Amino acid sequence: MNQTIEIIGAIVTLIGSLFLFLGALGLIRMPDVYNRIQAGTKATTLGTMLSLLGIGLIHLDWYGKIIVLIIFVLVSNPISSHVLAGAAHYIGIPLTRRTVIDKLSDKPMIRVQKENSNSETVLTDEKTGK
Amino acid sequence: MVNLILYIALGFVGLALILTIIRFIIGRTNIDRVIALDVMTVSSIALIGMIAHLTNRVIYMDIALVYGLLSFIAVLIIARYYEKGL
Repeated sequence: MNQTIEIIGAIVTLIGSLFLFLGALGLIRMPDVYNRIQAGTKATTLGTMLSLLGIGLIHLDWYGKIIVLIIFVLVSNPISSHVLAGAAHYIGIPLTRRTVIDKLSDKPMIRVQKENSNSETVLTDEKTGK
Repeated sequence: MVNLILYIALGFVGLALILTIIRFIIGRTNIDRVIALDVMTVSSIALIGMIAHLTNRVIYMDIALVYGLLSFIAVLIIARYYEKGL
């Protein structure tokens, strides 16, 4: 029984490390700063939480520190990515060319001006127009 | 069995760190480098957890907590510097 829980914890840790690897791969392949923030932060948060959960299943008597670490990563990582995205948009780093809508900018984009409608219809027209 | 699976997981996290270092070197803007540093630190928290299992010492979890705290403060300060200046 104890052996089974340890093997389940090791497999959960392996899945978490796979998510960490995929997040780093997205950091290489994404075309834009904002896409890199998305890929890097979300996958890394899930991977770190799964890895620490697996370590906590292997060593059941370490649960206090591991719960503190999981809650800390869950709270702090989205805050840092949000603040970084705001700073990147403030200093004017350009978006990629395939961006559909930019809700933070002052002047609307050309595609939105031409359609003269709100963002939802622009998104659906972009998807089904051709 | 458990140690074997954990060594494979350690290899995946090592590959993730290598890709992150590549992005840290070639990143066009400074925000790219800050993101790479953030991803590197959060991956290192999981790495320190695995090392804590392999050496069977619980004190490494405290090191991981302090490391994550320092990274969080550093990213917040850099973002505030770019937005409003110190």
